[in-house]
Amino acid sequence: MEQTPQIPKEKFKMIHEDDNQEQEKIGTPSLTYLQDVRRRLLSNKVATVCMVLLSIIVLISVFAPIVAPHNPNEQKVEYANLPPKIGEANIPGFNGMQKRGGKVVNAYKEVGAPKGTTYLLGTDYLGRDLLSRIIYGTRLSLIVAILATLVDLIIGLPYGIISGWKGGRTDIVLQRIIEIISSIPNLIVVILMMIILKPGLASIVIAIALTDWVTMARLIRAQTFQLKEQEYILAARTLGESSTKIATKHLIPNLSSTIIIQTMFTIPNAIFFEAFLSFIGIGIPAPNASLGTLLSDGQKAFRFLPYQMWAPAIVLSIIMIATNLLGDGLRDAFDPQSSD
Amino acid sequence: MADEKTPIVQVKHLKQYFNIGKPNEVKAVDDVTFDIYPGETFGLVGESGSGKSTTGRSIIRLYNPTSGQILFKGQDISKLKNRSPKMKQFRRDMQMIFQDPYASLNPRMKVKDIIAEGLDIHGLVKNDDEREKRIKELLGMVHLNPEHMTRYPYEFSGGQRQRIGIARALAVDPQFIIADEPISALDVSIQAQVVNLLQDIQKQQGLTYMFIAHDLSMVKYISDRIAVMYHGKIVELADADEIYSHPLHAYTQSLLSAIPVPDPEVEKTRKRIDFDHSKHFTDNQTLQEVLPGHFLYCDDATAAKFKN
Ligand SMILES: Nc1ncnc2c1ncn2[C@@H]1O[C@H](COP(=O)(O)OP(=O)(O)O)[C@@H](O)[C@H]1O
Ligand SMILES: [Mg+2]
Repeated sequence: MEQTPQIPKEKFKMIHEDDNQEQEKIGTPSLTYLQDVRRRLLSNKVATVCMVLLSIIVLISVFAPIVAPHNPNEQKVEYANLPPKIGEANIPGFNGMQKRGGKVVNAYKEVGAPKGTTYLLGTDYLGRDLLSRIIYGTRLSLIVAILATLVDLIIGLPYGIISGWKGGRTDIVLQRIIEIISSIPNLIVVILMMIILKPGLASIVIAIALTDWVTMARLIRAQTFQLKEQEYILAARTLGESSTKIATKHLIPNLSSTIIIQTMFTIPNAIFFEAFLSFIGIGIPAPNASLGTLLSDGQKAFRFLPYQMWAPAIVLSIIMIATNLLGDGLRDAFDPQSSD
Repeated sequence: MADEKTPIVQVKHLKQYFNIGKPNEVKAVDDVTFDIYPGETFGLVGESGSGKSTTGRSIIRLYNPTSGQILFKGQDISKLKNRSPKMKQFRRDMQMIFQDPYASLNPRMKVKDIIAEGLDIHGLVKNDDEREKRIKELLGMVHLNPEHMTRYPYEFSGGQRQRIGIARALAVDPQFIIADEPISALDVSIQAQVVNLLQDIQKQQGLTYMFIAHDLSMVKYISDRIAVMYHGKIVELADADEIYSHPLHAYTQSLLSAIPVPDPEVEKTRKRIDFDHSKHFTDNQTLQEVLPGHFLYCDDATAAKFKN
């Protein structure tokens, strides 16, 4: 202390208090945390595009009866396997031309369809409009995905938080229940459901509801265990914050990346699970379409009529990619530290 | 000091065990008794794992004590129910400042909401304007720019974060604050700043502190009395000067010998006194007052020797 080296006076410079104040005034606008999240999300272009894309897909599915050009289940066997055609425009791939018997012919004329008959994405082997079937199929797949997500959030999330937060005996009991549930394969649950209910949306959804939240609950429990020892949670407790408030104010915002990432797995899993069930013939019963049944049908004729599989595959891919990118964007948006 | 005053906190035979009855049972705090007087700074010192944080957390009722009593202003708070009105008042009267400035602030909350947490819980402000005003006042008290209240914790340095934590604790007008190694995670250059701030606030508000630390270097300057903790027990308790000049317990002597001295000549010859656990602990020892105001964990024979 006593031996401070002597620094000549002229080497010091007076700092004005205002300089400092100016520097420190990088005040961000006064928004709440959630407003911040929205601002950060909207400033992410990729996420915004994906959100718009998904909104369009959701809107089309919701208004399927209005939007779909044809009845998706109406068969016109004489119009079977027509190629895509958009009006009279001559767009390659969408002009109704098709190779038949070694020659490229106008398939629509060939089957004697009246002038003006168009199927934007062609028809399937029973002459059903593929576009309408895709719209209805997407609707069904989305219902499955949304229900699975809701189950994750309504059962899995609170279950995991309670298990992790309470710990001790509550946790042991809750974890045993989870172990029992997860030891039963999904497929068996669906098959058992089909004994009680008819095969269809209901049994798929119930099977998902019974089993799908388990992973979410496990992940959330593990994270809650870690979070509850964090000092900011202890601080909240010493201030007298109630457990419910701690969950909503402290736990969920800090669990958000886990929640989002897990949801990003749940959505494709649910869609694929439905597709798989439909594919092996115990999912959505004919004549109803889902993206799974469409892929399964399209795959059978892929070598000769590739468009029948391309269209549903593209829609499915867009949904998957968009949800994933939107998920990434949401995760970043919830994290104040990801600078925008 | 202050023998005639009534203590603000009385800890009586406090035990805090974890995993009771299991193979991994831990006696984190094992029969600890001490008083803290209003207005003083009570230092609690001991190596890492000796049970200091657990003691603090039991006193502030983050844990339910295994046994023993904790009296706060004469009232036993060790068995208060979580949602009772008395507990609610207790949550305002006693507050804690935490060790890790990076873990003690919710990264997803704005500074103003962090500081206002207590205000919101206890309904201490009537409207947003009043809330804002109070937040600014608290930020001013800890020498932070009120303009910064809309920022997130990651934008602050360790020392600034620690001051935000202090402001959060002060928001509910506490009388007693447990500071659990509030400076040990900070840069040495910042430690003094935070300590000075704590002392200024103590003077202004008439607060009582329990200051936890893992070495004696800073505590001996700021504490009025010091308790030395080892393996869940208090081995020595006396006035700070007394602990410093007449340490009786071998463990205290060992701790003192570990303080570096800002003098190269002394430092060259400074010897760390090693502490041998088995030599100094036997079964029939208790904490006894061997000299006026000086307590030592020892057996009766040793105590008698000092008393004469
Ligand atoms: N929640 C807990 N469960 C089990 N053991 C614990 C728990 N908290 C602390 N301990 C143990 O109690 C002992 C004292 O810990 P602590 O009070 O944190 O020590 P200090 O703060 O002095 O470093 C340590 O051995 C620690 O492992
Ligand atoms: Mg500690």
